[in-house]
Amino acid sequence: MAEPGMSQPGMSQPGMSQPGMSQPGMSQTGMSQTGMSQPGIVVIGAGPAGIRAAARLAEAGLCPVLIEEGERDGGQIYRRQPPNFSRPPEALYGAEAAKATALHRDFEALRERIDYRPGTLAWAIRDQAVLTVRGARTESLPFRALIIAAGATDRIMPVPGWTLPGVYSLGGAQIALKAQACAIGARPVFMGTGPLLYLVAWQYAKAGVAVQAVLDTTPFATRLAALRDLAARPSVLLRGMRYVLALRRRGIRLATGITPVAVEGEGGIVALRWRDKAGAEQRSECDAVGLGYGLRSETQLADLAKCRFAYDPVARQWLPELDEDGRSSVAGVYLAGDGAMVRGADAAELAGRLAACAALADLGQPPPATEIADLRRALRPMNRFRRGLEAGFPWPAQLAAGLPDETIVCRCEAITAGELRRAATDLDAPEVNRAKAFSRVGMGRCQGRMCGLAGAEIFAAARGVPIEEAGRLRGAAPVKPLPMIEEPGP
Amino acid sequence: MAGQFQRVDERNRSTVRLEIDRVPVTALAGDTLMVAILTNTGQLRASEFGDGARAGFCLMGACQDCWVWNEEGERLRACSTTVAEGMRILTREAPWPSPA
Repeated sequence: MAEPGMSQPGMSQPGMSQPGMSQPGMSQTGMSQTGMSQPGIVVIGAGPAGIRAAARLAEAGLCPVLIEEGERDGGQIYRRQPPNFSRPPEALYGAEAAKATALHRDFEALRERIDYRPGTLAWAIRDQAVLTVRGARTESLPFRALIIAAGATDRIMPVPGWTLPGVYSLGGAQIALKAQACAIGARPVFMGTGPLLYLVAWQYAKAGVAVQAVLDTTPFATRLAALRDLAARPSVLLRGMRYVLALRRRGIRLATGITPVAVEGEGGIVALRWRDKAGAEQRSECDAVGLGYGLRSETQLADLAKCRFAYDPVARQWLPELDEDGRSSVAGVYLAGDGAMVRGADAAELAGRLAACAALADLGQPPPATEIADLRRALRPMNRFRRGLEAGFPWPAQLAAGLPDETIVCRCEAITAGELRRAATDLDAPEVNRAKAFSRVGMGRCQGRMCGLAGAEIFAAARGVPIEEAGRLRGAAPVKPLPMIEEPGP
Repeated sequence: MAGQFQRVDERNRSTVRLEIDRVPVTALAGDTLMVAILTNTGQLRASEFGDGARAGFCLMGACQDCWVWNEEGERLRACSTTVAEGMRILTREAPWPSPA
């Protein structure tokens, strides 16, 4: 599908030399006009996928630019604590400590051989260049190959009260513990579905936090029915079961097949109300809630790179169309890791390397055929496992229709489900982008990262159409708000 | 009010002094601004849309719901900013400086 990206027409296009590109010893227009230095190879994201991609490119003798928004490498999964913290890797990453340590160690060896740029936001992609900002300094990085490894965020279904102080995404709850040695509260409840639900609850319990309950929207029978696909990775499946057992052994309340009702509180949280599988209302007193229903791919940069998307029924999300190796529909643009498709960190490491192999092949430096074949083979069980995860811990799309009208959907601008439904019905928006224009859901500064998926479900339910007919929120630059930029030089 | 966040480990770090809405508080070196604030109080900011207090959500720079300001009017994303000695943080946007 994608054409080889060896000679990009964009290489000599005007408009490549954006403000801020000039560096010491390099005239601003020199790159595009004289060709003294051809556009580079850019990798976005220094998580498992991005690091493995950059490492493979460096092995081939290239010096990629690696852009990372955070201050340290590792991504969210292998996120590193600040340098003055002292907990050992086993305490931070548990069973994954060896993998985390290996990735960090390999990165340390790599960073001097590449152009590594931490604390740098890739905020737009246009005219065959990535636009970045660090502090108040903007820069345009023309590329002949771009590997986007943007990762994922929690998949969120709103619940009344979810904007109260003390409600955090599950991923956020884990980051508080892992990167800052803090709990989101003294007595948290964890609610949602997916492996992260049990992992985070177990990590909190192990850290001595009084976890009040772990509430899973997925009925137990649904999880059982997905066991066959989950067994594609038996060790991961077993580990998940052990977390559940360990929580049970600690006497923590576990419930499956629940329905969220509301987070109660004013200023702070006092309780979470939910219905059990029999429909009876329950109330769990707590001072914090960790909330999340699996992960969603962060695809906005792929959208800005003009990659073609297709509706993915497994994830119930629109995802960039990719070939087996990570080539997008745009020549020279590749995707890897959870930002391409949520398959977890192990798959991300493989996919990062594979995407780099694809880029190398397209750049005329083909890697050994056996390497590509081996990577593809290693990824196959990951695909089956992914289907198992999505089937065994499904996104609770059905909850969208039942959310009370006054529930805030867009936390950026406090826009309610009722306002979105009015855009879908009274104002007759035919798809989500029009509904966004009418209601502003998805237009706030998170750009739909928190509300987009739930908003689409609420919209589809209100119009009585299947989710794929609700359409896809289009990305817009900047993907995140920019700081005040000093006027770039001439 | 007591802090929303609870420290569970890594307590043996040097302390950092800062001000939150002109109230002096202490935090620990290596804290994010979010942790520095939320180990001291129960909220981080007020929603600009009148629906009450907020205290961040995603902790990974995606939701943009943890903005605070310094007294120079600079916006800081609390989850991804490391606390520094002497910071003077405002949880509501400072008024724009009037033109001289």
